[in-house]
Order: sequence, then structure tokens, then C-alpha cells
Amino acid sequence: MDFATVLQVLDSTVRLATPLLFACLAGLFSERAGVIDIGLEGKMLISAFFSAAVAAATGSVWLGLLAGIVSSVMLSLVHGLASITFRGNQLISGVAINFLAAGLTVLIAQDWFGQGGRTPSLIGQGRWGNITLPFANALSDVPVLGPLYAQLISGHSLLVYLGLLTVPLTWWILFRTRFGLRLRAVGEAPEAVDTAGISVTGLRFAAVAICGLLCGLAGSYLATGLQAGFVRDMTAGRGYIALAALIFAKWRPWYALMACLLFGLLQAVALRYQNIDLGGLTIPVQLMDALPYILTVVILAGFVGKAIPPRAGGEPYVKER
Amino acid sequence: MDKLPPWADAVLVPLISLLLAAALSALVILGIGENPVDAFTLMVEGALLRSAGWGYTLYYATNFIFTGLAVSVAFHARLFNIGGEGQAMIGGLGVALVCLYLPWPHWTLALVAASIAAAIFGAAWAFIPAYLQAKRGSHIVITTIMFNFIAAALLNYLLVNLMKPAGQQDPATAIFPAATHLPTFQDMFAAEANPLFRGAPGNVTFFLAIAACVFVWLLIWRTRLGYEIRALGHSESAARYAGISPVKTIVVAMLISGGLAGLMGVNTAMGEAERLVMNSTEGAGFIGIAVALMGRNHPVGVFLAAILFGFLYQGGAELALWTNIPRELIVVIQALVILFTGALDNMVRIPLARLFARGRRAR
Amino acid sequence: MTDPAIELKGISKAFGPVQANKDISIRVMPGTIHGIIGENGAGKSTLMSILYGFYAADAGEIWVKGQRTQIPDSQAAIRAGIGMVFQHFKLVQNFTVLENVILGAEDGGLLKPSLAKARGALKSLAEEYELSVDPDTQVQHLSVGHQQRVEILKALYREADILILDEPTGVLTPAEADHLFRILDNLRAEGKTIILITHKLREIMEITDTVSVMRRGEMTATVKTAETSPEELAELMVGRKVLLRVDKAPAQPKAPVLQIEDLRHVDGQGVERLRGISLEVRAGEILGLAGVAGNGQSELLNVLGGYADATGTVRVNGKDIPLSGAGCDGMARRGAGIAHVPEDRQREGLIMPYTAWENTVFGYHRDPAIQSGVLMNNAAIREEAGAKMQRFDVRPPNPDLAARNFSGGNQQKIVLAREIERNPDVLLIGQPTRGVDIGAIEFIHQQIVRLRDEGKAILLVSVELDEIFALSDRIAVMFDGRVMGTRDAADTDQRELGLLMAGITEDPGGDAFEAVDAALERKDRREAVHG
Repeated sequence: MDFATVLQVLDSTVRLATPLLFACLAGLFSERAGVIDIGLEGKMLISAFFSAAVAAATGSVWLGLLAGIVSSVMLSLVHGLASITFRGNQLISGVAINFLAAGLTVLIAQDWFGQGGRTPSLIGQGRWGNITLPFANALSDVPVLGPLYAQLISGHSLLVYLGLLTVPLTWWILFRTRFGLRLRAVGEAPEAVDTAGISVTGLRFAAVAICGLLCGLAGSYLATGLQAGFVRDMTAGRGYIALAALIFAKWRPWYALMACLLFGLLQAVALRYQNIDLGGLTIPVQLMDALPYILTVVILAGFVGKAIPPRAGGEPYVKER
Repeated sequence: MDKLPPWADAVLVPLISLLLAAALSALVILGIGENPVDAFTLMVEGALLRSAGWGYTLYYATNFIFTGLAVSVAFHARLFNIGGEGQAMIGGLGVALVCLYLPWPHWTLALVAASIAAAIFGAAWAFIPAYLQAKRGSHIVITTIMFNFIAAALLNYLLVNLMKPAGQQDPATAIFPAATHLPTFQDMFAAEANPLFRGAPGNVTFFLAIAACVFVWLLIWRTRLGYEIRALGHSESAARYAGISPVKTIVVAMLISGGLAGLMGVNTAMGEAERLVMNSTEGAGFIGIAVALMGRNHPVGVFLAAILFGFLYQGGAELALWTNIPRELIVVIQALVILFTGALDNMVRIPLARLFARGRRAR
Repeated sequence: MTDPAIELKGISKAFGPVQANKDISIRVMPGTIHGIIGENGAGKSTLMSILYGFYAADAGEIWVKGQRTQIPDSQAAIRAGIGMVFQHFKLVQNFTVLENVILGAEDGGLLKPSLAKARGALKSLAEEYELSVDPDTQVQHLSVGHQQRVEILKALYREADILILDEPTGVLTPAEADHLFRILDNLRAEGKTIILITHKLREIMEITDTVSVMRRGEMTATVKTAETSPEELAELMVGRKVLLRVDKAPAQPKAPVLQIEDLRHVDGQGVERLRGISLEVRAGEILGLAGVAGNGQSELLNVLGGYADATGTVRVNGKDIPLSGAGCDGMARRGAGIAHVPEDRQREGLIMPYTAWENTVFGYHRDPAIQSGVLMNNAAIREEAGAKMQRFDVRPPNPDLAARNFSGGNQQKIVLAREIERNPDVLLIGQPTRGVDIGAIEFIHQQIVRLRDEGKAILLVSVELDEIFALSDRIAVMFDGRVMGTRDAADTDQRELGLLMAGITEDPGGDAFEAVDAALERKDRREAVHG
């Protein structure tokens, strides 16, 4: 494997990690506030569809992004309604949302575009362009560092950089602001928040809405950045991988970045090499496909350190007598 | 909090939830420019007014009974098994191995062997998530989801690389030998003069599914194991106090759950396709969640809910055939049913309970 | 004349058919400590929850410092200067003391200035009221006494001048309770108003200025503490003279049945909770195990009941009982003749959604006698359950009712019926009358004594010292995972047991406070190392 190939794989790692990262941080906000969300997949999917559909119709990727975020936040609010207002089972609500998105996207896509559940391919302003950072071209001749800068660091779309910025932002919000303090408290001990005179419901809805916003970004990037349009079930389990990354990261922002880059790398390798030949032993592509899931199970099995989730996660808050 | 009478809890709440889901679905159909009444009529005609329609409806229902029971048994132990899909896939693999590689003199013997294999394979696929949940506290919802993806990859590998006959394009096994053909409803009930169930895939496995309902009812409400499974589901601390091993009970409940999901493979692989294809489960594992919620985890409820979803599936196929409404409408309805009967249960229950309380006070 | 700090007028509150508060009026003058006393379920906590904005009253008015005040939520209560220390602390376990204190009372959107301000405020509060706690320790590493201080600090930081404490001493040692009362004294001296909710007469007599008595949702009397007596208050509480003495003949103990030697147990966090327990319970006697909650009594019951692993030796009738691995579970213990009425009947002793008849075989459900083939003989179990419920006076005697629909006392009778009707050799019984009404308490106590007189060995765990004295023939005291001493019930008194409960075997004489505090600190440190 030469340096250029390594760079290409790493470059695609960053791209593939971006939707995972948005979704993972989305889950982080929700679960830190005590609302478990296995509906990341569905929210990404619906945002991917509406982003692509609106971008295709208007030719504006920005309007697409807005539509994607709005649709994703709407599903978030359904999740909030079920799991916060009506104290329903958060897991079941998440499952329902995933199916709702899977069904609705194809249904509407067929109705609007009649192309068997996909949107038209996006062109021009309908997609995110790649940003060339200053001096990328000028420096590309510098050995090692030049190509590294020009190909790996420069040349991604706006959302990739936004995703990377979201990591420190999330950290800062959680650990340096009043909102973050309250958010973490409501995921650990909602009764403490309630008796302090703060609305548990309000905080959790805020968290769930942020989760929707970030899932919206994830889906939008998928359909209008990574690819040029929506196809049915295009999230293909990314929401679940993001969930796994969240567990791997033990609900912490910087670890989330690492976990998403790792899973992104796995996807990038699987994408580039079909069957990997290791001197007589062939690793089939199906194993590469399954590897993120297998790794997740290994992580969940706790062989890589114990992950302690927020204490009040999954439990609707009921005032005690 | 105000309480509902048991009959209202068992019948009225799911019924209202279903009506809400139906109303929203009708709005969706309106939204894509079709007429919901016409659509419903078409579904009823296609699924219920012809014997062939029933043959399909019951075929789908058979799948959903197995997966619905699978989810129910796990629910009784307060385990959420989302892995029915993968367990059914692997169950189908067991059926294929038995049918393809062993010689069978008669379908009855083949059915028994295939059922056992399907249950064992399905149970085996549930074992690792069960064990990890029981021993290491790994969240079974996440692990079973992961195992669905892993099952799909494994099956893909086996079908493409090992089990596909030479020269065949699509990833599927060879056709099973004729001796393993299961009697369809047509075989059983049609006569020259009275051609019933023509061409429909409904088959003898339906009766196996009914037997599974009886089995689950006895298991959950009449045996020591069922007593322990329910006890653990209600309170793990109490189960420990009583000397019920949570580890053992979780694993056993999940093995039974996985076995039931695996049995679905008999219906799809042996009863319908007569070979194992990729994607034979068609999401039935997930519909089991809706069926179990709707049926309140009781075999009778699961049976009725499975028939309902069988109708929706067959009706949905008719819609896709004759109108512009894609089959994904059924996924939407399924999502709404899960949402209303599972997650938004209290939205229906609380106002209803108030209504009942007011009624009582008025009297 | 000054306005009362708090005045409630005609407060009523119902939960469904249960009238928790009926037309309650109360006046609390500023700078006083006002006690509210009553049995469990008398409606004290509900009343205070209304005052703190947790529930809306169905009727009535709240006046604070002469102003009619609406308190729709906790925020309003805090604004009105009311602070509350709940029985179950409302703290975020993995937050530091500082973070807990500022939660909800932050200044501005960023944490830094708030934390700095709180650090300063805590320092002065600590000096003023003997309320010192390390501001940077995570709450989960603090002892319960210190956690309670954090709760008080939270209220004071919000500038509360009316402080409500709900059963504050339930989890404290006598010495920690003494310290708490000193803090309350200081607060009163500074002009703060304190409402103290308790069911312990001693505390009322010790610290309050006035006291109100509640019974079954009603306020039965408000009197000056100086002008009343414990006997009068007790009578007001329960509506008749209470006899906390149980009629029983002297014990006739025989051979040892349950022998425990050097029993050790390490919990999931790696803290050694039982540190070499040796005890002996003889046939025909009740051994009472006294101690403040959390000193290893629960763990001892769990180990003996078969659902916590341990090392050491336990013998029943001379036969070794396995303490870990196969053969160590609740069902095996029952087979070996150990019956167990657990401390928490709702979380352990019963499956609340199960019917009464299903619960009467819980833990015995694998008994071959109640099977028919591979199935359970439900009809026979149900019939037997009905008879049992009659014998134990369970009301209503309906075996088809779910356990959660019975009152606490009747739930306890179901558990008791199940455990003692199978003729065990040893009965473990934890908190037999917690949350049980007076009538049922007498019945349950009689059953325990009857069992003793039948020659059973009984190990009784209770945090109610009165109950221990009333029932036990011998009393062992646990502190920090050890047995500090065993005394004949006839030869000891509250003071001696109180010191033992704080880990002190030699009476230091005079004010035992210093010695007790030192002992508790040692215990905290040991637990914090692992926590």
C-alpha cells in the first residue's frame, strides 16, 4: 500500500465518519438527558430524503438542509411526545420512528418523483461543493505534508468541517454551560432537577430537539454531500453504528470523534477492498460489511472497558410521592 | 392513578390505537393523492373476499404468529428482542440444510426435522445476545440489532459463495427435493369442482403456528418456567430473592424466543419458496414487534394481530399491484401501530381511564 | 405581632379515593422549630409536598410571611424562601458538591462564575452553621450524613429562611442526628424557621418549640412542646394508648440452629460489607440485629437468604450451607430450612403484579407437591392460598387480587404466611413492620413470638430500636460490617446500644459526640477508597 492509497482511504474515512459523527453526537445529547434514542437511523433517513428532495426541486442545497433538519426535528418531537410527555417506552418509540421514516420516505418519493423510491440525482448547487483550504494547491508539492494537507485536510464539504467543530462545541456546552450542567443532571437524577425548580420536560425536549437537529445534519450530508441524491434505505444501518459508537465513546464527545473515525475507517476499507487477500486467506467482503456490527457486539460485551450509561436513561420521569 | 377495567385494557386500548393508526394511514393515502376508501375496499377484496387472498393472508399471518410469539416470550422476561429478523433468517438456513442435504421419504418427517432445525438455528442465533445480556449486561436491544446485520452478511456469504448452484445468478440455494414439499391449502382443501386457495402459498405450517400459540400459552401461564420468566420480567430483585437465576432465565427465555422466530423459516423456505433465498424474511421479524404489542403479549392476541397484519400485507400487495401506492404503505401502518400501541399507549390510556372514572362517579 | 412564617389554611388533597390531607390548618412562627409528627401514611409528606409546590392542593390557602402565596411549582416555593430536605436526597450522584449546590441557582449561562460564587458562599455557610463539606468531592463518595448537609446547603444557598426537613434522621446514627440538631439549633438562632417532619417522639421532644400531630390525613392537635409529653403525643398519633410491649414469656432457648462464623462479603464496588461476622441463633429464641441502616445488616440477610456470595461458614443444624456457586440460591436455602421475610417486600418479597395466590408459592413454586405433570397445579395453589389468607387475617381474603392492591400490612401478612407456614427451622426477618399499620404490627409481632415458642431460631433485623427491644431475647449490634457486641435484651439499654451502633464499645462517658464522629470518619474513608 503506497502513501497515496493511504491518503485516499483516510480521506474517505473522514467523509464516511461525518454522518456517523453527527448522529453519534445527536445520540449523546439525547441520552445524556436520559432519553435513549434508537431512532437515529430513522431521523437520518427522513432528513436524507427531504434534503435531497428539496435540493432537487429548488436547486439549493441550503434549502435542502433546512428541510432535512425540519423533518428530523419533527420526528424527534414525536419521540419526545411518546417518551417524555406520555412516558412511553423509549426503545419502542425509536423502533416505530425508524419504520415510519423507512416507509414514509419511499412512499413520498414515489409520489413526488415516480422513480421507485429515489430522488433525481443532484447536480450543481444541489450538492455540497468541496472547499479548498488556503494554500492547498500551492503546498501540494511539499513532500508528505503537502498531499496530507491538500487531500486529507483540505477539500471537504462545509458539513465535514462543521461536524468536526461540533465535537468541541458539544464538549463546551455540556461541561462549561448552565444548560449542559442541567442537561447532564436530568440524565442522572431528574428528581434533583425537578426539586431545584427546573422543568424536566423542558430540558429533555430541548435535548431531543438538538438530537433532531444533529440527525438532520447527518442525513443531509449523506444525501447531498456524500452522495448525490436519495435512494431507499440509504442510511443502511448508520444510525445503529452511531449508537454503537456512542456506547464505545462512553457518552463523551471527544471519544465519540475517535469512535466514529474508527468505524468510518472500517467502512472506507470495506468500500475500497472487496475481498481482501491475506496471502492465501481471503477475507470475504461480507465479513468486512459485518465487521462494524461484530466489533460493536465485542464492545458491548464489555471486553473493552465498562461503559456506564447515564443513570436515568430509558426511564420516564415520574414524580415520587 | 385511575384504573381501567381489564376488558378495556385488553380490547379497547389496542382497538383505539389501531383506529388512530388507521386514521393517520388514511391521511397518508390522501396525501399521496389516492382515495383511502377505495384503497381499503381493494385491500379487503384482495385479501379476504377470495380464497386465494386468504391463502396469502394466512401465509403472511403464519410468519407473524411465529415472530409475534417470539417477541412476546422475550417481553414477558422484560427483554426486547429486535433480533427476530436475523433469527428467522438463520432458522431458514437450518431448514435449507435439512431439506437439501438429508434424504426424506415423506414430507411429514421432513417437516418435523426441519422444524427442529429451524428452532435450534434460531435459538442459537439468539444465544450470544442472550448470554451477553445475562452475564455482562450488554443491552440486548443493541446486540440483537447488530445480530440482524451479521445474520444478513453471513447468509449472503453462504448463499453466494457456498450454497448457490453453479451457473445460477441470484443468491439462493437449489430447489428443495419434491419429497419435502409441504401441502398447501390448495393441496389440502381444493377439489376439482371447488378450486380453493389457487396458487396461494398458505400451507400446513399455519397449523404449526397455531400449535406454537398453544405451546406459548401453556409455557407462560401454566409452567414453572413461565412463572419464573414472568417473575423475572416484573422484578429482578424479587427473582433473585426467590432463587430464580436471572442468567439462566434470560438465556432460556431468549432461546425459546429465538427458536420461535427461527420456526418462521419453515413457512418461508419450505412452505413457500421451496428453497432458501436472500431476504426471505421480508421484515417479518420486525412486524413481530407490532404484533406482540397489539396482541398484548398473549397468544390469542398475537394470533388475531397476526391475521390482521397478514391482511394488511396481502392487501398492501394488491394495492401495489393495482394502484400507485407502494408496499411501503404497510411499513408506515406498521410503524404507526407500534407507535400507538407501544410508545404512545398512555396517550390513549390516560384519557380513557379518566372517562371510565367519570362514568363510575356518575353512577 | 409578627406574621407567621408559614400559615396553611384548610388544605385538602386527595389521591383518587384516598384523602391524604383533610382541611389542615397550621401556623408556624418565624425563628422556631415546628415539629409535625404522625405515623407512616398520616399525610405529613403530602402536606409538605404541597407547601413545596410538588402537588397542587385541592382546596386551601398558603400564606408565607403574611402574604397569600401561590405555589404551583418548586420554583415558586424557592422564590418564597422555602427550602426542602427530602427523605430521599435529590442529589446528582456523580456531580461534585459545588455542582449540586448551584444546579438550578446558577448565575448566568456559564458555569465558571457560578462555581466561584458558590465556593465562597459554602465556605461562610460552613463556618456559620457547622456545615462543612468538601466542595469538590463527588456526592457519591460522601456519607449519608454529609449528603444531607449538601441538601441543607442547597437550600441555604438559595437563601431559604424556611426549611422543611422530611424524616431527616432515618438514615443517621444517633451521633449524626445529634450533629444535625446542633445545625438546626444554629439555624434557629439565626432566625430561620424550621419544619421538622418525623415519626420519632424523642426528636420532637428534644428540639421543637411547637408540634402538630397528624393522623389519617387530619391535624389532630397543635401544642407547645414544653406543655406536652411523649405519652400524650403518642396517643394523639394513633388515637389510642400504644403498647409497644409485646406480651411474651421468657425464651426457652435450646441447641444452636443457625451458626455463622467469620462471614465475609464484598459488594459489586469492591467494598467489604461484611467483615467477619460470627453469630449464633438458638432454637426458641429471637436474636435482634440492631444498627443504623447501611452497616451490613441487609447484606447479611442477603447472604443468608442465598442471593449474595460470601466466604466463611454458615451451618444450619450442624450442616454446612454453600455460600457461593451452585447450590447457593434462595430455593436451595428454603430446602435447607431457612425461610426469609425480606426487608423490602415490594422489591423482593412479592411480585407486585402477581395475584395473591401466585405470590403464596413464590420461591416455593418448584415444590413437587404443587405440580401436576409438567404443569403447575394452579387450582390447588389457589385454593390453599385462600385458606392461608383466612388464617393470617389478610384483608380482603381474595386470592385473585394482585399483590399491589393490598395495603402494606396485608402484603406483609401474605409474605409471612408463605414463609412461616412451611415449618422452617430458621426464620430471617427484616424490617417486619416497616410501613405497616398499628393493627397489623401487633398481629405480626404475635406471629413472630409464636414461631419462637414453637422452637424456631429467629434472626430479626430492624432499624427501629423499639421493635428490637420489644421482640428480641438477645440483641447484636452491627456497625460497619462487624458485630460490635451481643447483649441480653434484659441487661442493656438505649444508651449502650446507641454507642455500639456508632461503633464504640467502651462508654466514653459524658458527651459521646467526638468519639462517634471519629468512628464514622474512619468508616467513610474506607468506603470512599473504593467508591
